[in-house]
Amino acid sequence: MAGAKEIRTKISSIKSTQKITGAMEMVAASKMRKAQERMQATRPYAEKMLQVIRHLAKASPEYRHSFMAQEREIKRIGYIVVSSDRGLCGGLNTNLFRMLVQELKQKRNDGLDTAFCTIGSKALGFFKRFGGDVKAEAAQLGDKPRIADIIGPVKVMLDAFENGEIDAVYIAYNEFVNTMTQKPTLRQLVPIVPDDKPAASGPVWDYIYEPEARLVLDNLLGRYIESLVYQGVVENGACEQAARMVAMKSASDNAGGLIDELQLVYNKARQAAITQEISEIVSGAAAV
Amino acid sequence: MAMTVHVDIVSAEGAIHSGLAAMVYAPGEMGELGIAPRHTPLITRLKPGDVRVEDDKGGMEHFYVSGGMLEVQPDVVTVLADTAIRAQNIDEAKALEAKRRAEDALAGKTAEFEYAKAQAELAEAIAQLRAIEKLRKMRAS
Repeated sequence: MAGAKEIRTKISSIKSTQKITGAMEMVAASKMRKAQERMQATRPYAEKMLQVIRHLAKASPEYRHSFMAQEREIKRIGYIVVSSDRGLCGGLNTNLFRMLVQELKQKRNDGLDTAFCTIGSKALGFFKRFGGDVKAEAAQLGDKPRIADIIGPVKVMLDAFENGEIDAVYIAYNEFVNTMTQKPTLRQLVPIVPDDKPAASGPVWDYIYEPEARLVLDNLLGRYIESLVYQGVVENGACEQAARMVAMKSASDNAGGLIDELQLVYNKARQAAITQEISEIVSGAAAV
Repeated sequence: MAMTVHVDIVSAEGAIHSGLAAMVYAPGEMGELGIAPRHTPLITRLKPGDVRVEDDKGGMEHFYVSGGMLEVQPDVVTVLADTAIRAQNIDEAKALEAKRRAEDALAGKTAEFEYAKAQAELAEAIAQLRAIEKLRKMRAS
């Protein structure tokens, strides 16, 4: 019965792999749910902030912040690239990087320079491989990213923007469409894109500022950008779990298919061995 | 019913509190503030401290904020709370740290992005994923 033992070992090894992928699938499913909740939870802050900023813009204080709309010639663009820390999540990071490379190529053809800030080990690894001017990085944020972890990298980019090193900042991350679909997205952070919502008419009133409008606005805009990046990070986290769940599910299915096939081969081999043994006995008995 | 004002306390990591209040006390940068309903519009920075929300039955709720912003409109009070401890020099240190990590990780690497190489490798990775997808479909049918 040649090969039967090998086939059996193979089946049992695939079975244990299947157990692992099955467990990972379930873990990813529960983490995805939590990540989605976290994604929802970040929305009110940014919305409130946008309301206040919009109001400030409408009330038109004498001060115009450098993050707000302006006509500066763009020579160098900064990208904040958000990726996962771990692999085994299908084409999630690859798709994002591919979109980014296309974008970069186009920018290079337009004669623009680029700089990067990476969030997540995969993005850092990507630029490590292919080069690129990485200004700052943050990795190993875990399943519950904290805003404290991204303050540093975002500040590096915003400082670079303010002292004219870069002229615009974009964020590249995966947008969570649904469990099956994650969409690589590129969004402009600064200068802040003015929304085309018509300013609500009505009496224009202004706030009392304590201590003064400039300082308050500085604080507010910095926080606003941070919260947008944080949203991107959290959303990318939900995408990572969703992609991993799908990838692990198909891995488990594949393992099941493989086991079925091997089982068939094994049964055939066993049957052949038995048949052979019988025919040997019968022919042996006939010879006596 | 006593006059009330809607209070939202939100942080970047999630909503903390939302409800009606008869009075809100907050540690403003220029001093402690007590906000009653129909207060004139005001924006201020907050110091780390205690935000107290008093409801119309006299109950008091406390929320610790490590700084942030307070926005007041006649019928809405919004606290945009920081969850991380913020200070100019702490932020600065964090920025330097992020910079240093990037420099360490990419020591000796070229600052020029290699488009051709990146594109070729990504195309290969995508092709692999597609092939797997196709294989699965073939097997399923």
